Amino acid sequence: MDPKALGYLAAGLGAAITVIGAGLGIGKLAAAAMEASGRQPEVAGQVRTSMLIAAALIEGATFFALAICIILATK
Amino acid sequence: MIDTTQVHVTVESGAAEHAVADTLHATVTHGAGHGEGNLFTELLHHLQDSHELDTPFGAIHLPEFAPFHVGGVTIDLSITKHVVFLWVAGALLITLAIAAARSNARKPVPHGFGNMMEIVAVFIRDEIAVPNMGTDGIKYMPYLLTTFFFILIMNLLGLVPYGSSATANVSVTAGLAAIAFVMIQWAAIRAQGIGHYFAHLTGGVHWLLWPIMIPIEILGLFTKPFALCIRLFANMSGGHIVIVSLIGLIFIFQSYIIAVAPAGFVVGIMFLELFVAFLQAYIFTMLTSLFMGLGMKTEGHQQHGEHLEAGH
Repeated sequence: MDPKALGYLAAGLGAAITVIGAGLGIGKLAAAAMEASGRQPEVAGQVRTSMLIAAALIEGATFFALAICIILATK
Repeated sequence: MIDTTQVHVTVESGAAEHAVADTLHATVTHGAGHGEGNLFTELLHHLQDSHELDTPFGAIHLPEFAPFHVGGVTIDLSITKHVVFLWVAGALLITLAIAAARSNARKPVPHGFGNMMEIVAVFIRDEIAVPNMGTDGIKYMPYLLTTFFFILIMNLLGLVPYGSSATANVSVTAGLAAIAFVMIQWAAIRAQGIGHYFAHLTGGVHWLLWPIMIPIEILGLFTKPFALCIRLFANMSGGHIVIVSLIGLIFIFQSYIIAVAPAGFVVGIMFLELFVAFLQAYIFTMLTSLFMGLGMKTEGHQQHGEHLEAGH
């Protein structure tokens, strides 16, 4: 197979699998945050802040993988 | 590089594969007709740094300086689009900050623009600096405020027409992360003292494990600012890539009627980009202050641990 084609294929597959991981992780996080807000509505503000922070950290790892896919696709 | 490899492979394999590879090569590099090769390289021009500045009056060619070599490293100081926008963001930041400070100094009760900046400054002090670093953290407020507003202005400049965000360049975010790294170590050393700081690098294990522990701890010191750099860069450039790709859809369909749908998507993504600009500035500032606070806080633990271990 053409190396360039393999590179594009790898970039596409890599991006897809990365987004699966991010979606699962942030979905679990959001579910836990919703449950905590439902049990104790008065701490909903703090829960929301912590949720955003954790989501940004998870997305940080995601974007690292995505940056590698972009480099693969443009070289 | 990939082209020569391809040529070698086709010479060794058969005539049929030679023909297929030839066609593929022609399509990708020359972009036959409306091929993907052409569109992609055209769109990439909007995302990458370039030596030309686009204004409504035409493209301005920016001055280029020859790269010079300093000890094995090539330094290219030419002024590119992202450098210009870095300066614009810096000038805007200085102007806005001085205007807000003067407005607040003149009147006893904050009013108007100074009031708005004070809301953000108080938010950063009460939600970011003090919970993470304690009341000692207020002396780091100038750095945190500068980080937050600088990154925010750079991100927002990428959303206006003819603008581009300098944070979509990995060198800019690497520079911001390097400064954050220096500040994190500075805060830790200033709070704990040099001796405690290096002692903390060992992690409190038996001295035979030090050759393993110290390189890992030093590596751990570098991964956190590295993650800060990549997070900011990928968030900003990822958003721009999505926007540019959606607009590229219009070029692929080549019809005015179908162009309404991508335009709608782009408006939606622009709203998300606006939110992400604020969020990423907040996250960068918050994580920097969190790491600084972690470095400052372990002083209590360390003293207790040392008193216990002073028994032997």
